[in-house]
Amino acid sequence: MDKTVLTSLTEGALGPDLEKAPTGIPGLDQITGGGLPRGRVTLVAGSAGAGKTLLGLEFLVAGARKYGEPGVLVSFEESEAKVALNVSSLGFNLDELRRDGLLVVLSFRVEPSEIVATGEFDLEPLFAILDDAIGRTGAKRVVLDTIEVLFGAFGDDSIVRSELSRLARWLEERGVTAIVTGERGEKSLTRNGIEEYVTDCVIVLDHRVTDEISTRRLRVVKYRGSAHGTNEYPFLISARGFVVLPITSIALDYGASEERISTGIARLDHMLSGGAFRGSTLMVSGTAGTGKTSLGAHMVNSTCARGERALLVLFEESPDQFLRNMRSVGLDLQPWVEAGLLRIWAARPSAFGMETHLAVLARLIEEERLSVAVLDGIASLAHGILAPEATSMVARQIDLLKTQGITTLITALGHGDETSSENVSSMVDTWLLLRNVETNGERNRLLFVLKSRGTAHSNQVREFVLTDNGVELVDVYVGAAGVLAGSARLAQQAAERDEEVRQAEDLGRRRRELRRTIMEREAHLVAVQDQLDAERAEIDRIDLRERHQAADTEADRSAMSTRRWADTASGNGEKR
Amino acid sequence: MNQPRTADDGTGTLVDSNEPWDLRLYVTGRSPKCLRAIENLRRICEEHLAGRYKIEVVDLLENPRLAAEDQILAVPTVVRRLPPPIRKLVGDLSDTERLLVGLQLRPPRGTTT
Repeated sequence: MDKTVLTSLTEGALGPDLEKAPTGIPGLDQITGGGLPRGRVTLVAGSAGAGKTLLGLEFLVAGARKYGEPGVLVSFEESEAKVALNVSSLGFNLDELRRDGLLVVLSFRVEPSEIVATGEFDLEPLFAILDDAIGRTGAKRVVLDTIEVLFGAFGDDSIVRSELSRLARWLEERGVTAIVTGERGEKSLTRNGIEEYVTDCVIVLDHRVTDEISTRRLRVVKYRGSAHGTNEYPFLISARGFVVLPITSIALDYGASEERISTGIARLDHMLSGGAFRGSTLMVSGTAGTGKTSLGAHMVNSTCARGERALLVLFEESPDQFLRNMRSVGLDLQPWVEAGLLRIWAARPSAFGMETHLAVLARLIEEERLSVAVLDGIASLAHGILAPEATSMVARQIDLLKTQGITTLITALGHGDETSSENVSSMVDTWLLLRNVETNGERNRLLFVLKSRGTAHSNQVREFVLTDNGVELVDVYVGAAGVLAGSARLAQQAAERDEEVRQAEDLGRRRRELRRTIMEREAHLVAVQDQLDAERAEIDRIDLRERHQAADTEADRSAMSTRRWADTASGNGEKR
Repeated sequence: MNQPRTADDGTGTLVDSNEPWDLRLYVTGRSPKCLRAIENLRRICEEHLAGRYKIEVVDLLENPRLAAEDQILAVPTVVRRLPPPIRKLVGDLSDTERLLVGLQLRPPRGTTT
């Protein structure tokens, strides 16, 4: 059940919970808090081609296949063959449903011109055949599409009116949940005032064309005894049927993955602390020609390289043009397309209404089991349709992808302004801004991470360079003259390189000088050592000579005294 | 209610006077409307088609599915199966003027014969 809707309404005054019969239509059951009032008649009003018949049919098919509630369709507008076709367009086989006793189709063609009115009548055959069909299948659901054609058919509309009123009561007594469809009237909800006796639930479908682009909308005008979303909700008729996309159903209950996936640009991953969270939504905004598309292509490329599936939605270029342009920056995505990993869908925003865009997106998501989706050129969508609708459209696309756990990168044309970008910024998790900076007669691209939920992200500006090998992020030079990028950065780099070379040369010279000095000193050291050794040897020689001399003198003296017979008193000699 | 103008009887008949008529009257049970319709139809046929008409009364309550097969939503309904083309008249047939015109037993008022 839709929490958002319920909390926005006063719950206390609503009384006991009404039992509801789910329609199986995504979104509608959320708006109505579970489906149509069980055992009551719901009026679905709308102009021709608004989708009334399809809504009724889905209600029956869902009842039959999903909820075990057989149904009866009474069609006053379409033949059985046409009904069978409509059923098969929803992916179901009418014959199977009939064989399984899950659906009875009764088709009546009413041609007022063929009928002559000749007095009082009643619609008892309709009751009888409904009674028979309900009794036979145990039907819980009945759709009458559209009883309006009965007006004017039998001459007396007051009888038709009272008979239909009786039919509505009769259906309620039987406990079947019924839908009657009615043509939209000029002043009243339906042309013949069916709403006067179908008073429990009224849903209005609208098919509007604004700026030559059609938009389908649904509104629950009345739901007696139940809370319901009161807004107009865009809906779409997709290949799988009726889809209502209530913006308030963004329940904010999707899971949050801790897993990071690469953006395909290593340095950007680094700026985002390791990449984008899986299932998160990234937005790249920037002015024309800032390289938004290339960034998206990188993301796609790395996704496919991991063997995961990616979807690329192009709003501005054809797939061939895109592939060629990306080859020129060194990204060849063709192999991924051929390998079936990459699906490219290109469509001018003006080509369809916004619900068709959503429908195709929804179908692609369903079919492809996507890991990553890149929506390139969201802002051009805003050119096709009115801005508020574009915003809600983008919001729905994001929601759709997010609930499927698909990591999404959208690129949007901004004006370098942090407040622009269709107000979807609050819905994205990571916002990268690409900005052109014009200095010295050239434009250079700078990349900022404006926000990234749950991520310690870099506050640094990086220069965004498109090379033959794809996108590269380069540090910018921040100096006295501000941020330097492009050739100013290159000049700065050259100057620094020169400086480095000069410094290297200086150091080399100094080193060589020192080495020479050391060698000189070492040679000197050897010489000094030699000298030292020589001098020590000299000292030793002197010591030795001295000892020899002393010994010789003593020997001489003793020899002389022996010869003179002198007494031993040596003191005599001293006195002389 | 308009009373049939006896002066026009026979002369206003638009179809071949020898052709057989096959009429089917759909009813649901024996409601007053249906009984009235049977009575009105028999009377008109006796007056205009004596001896060459056949009326088959079909009760849709006995076989409801015939309603879908024969495309009958309202009762009473008279279907002129023969002579062609098929004509369908809804109501209790109390409007004799419309009944005669509807069955092409008389040209619409205002047209010359």
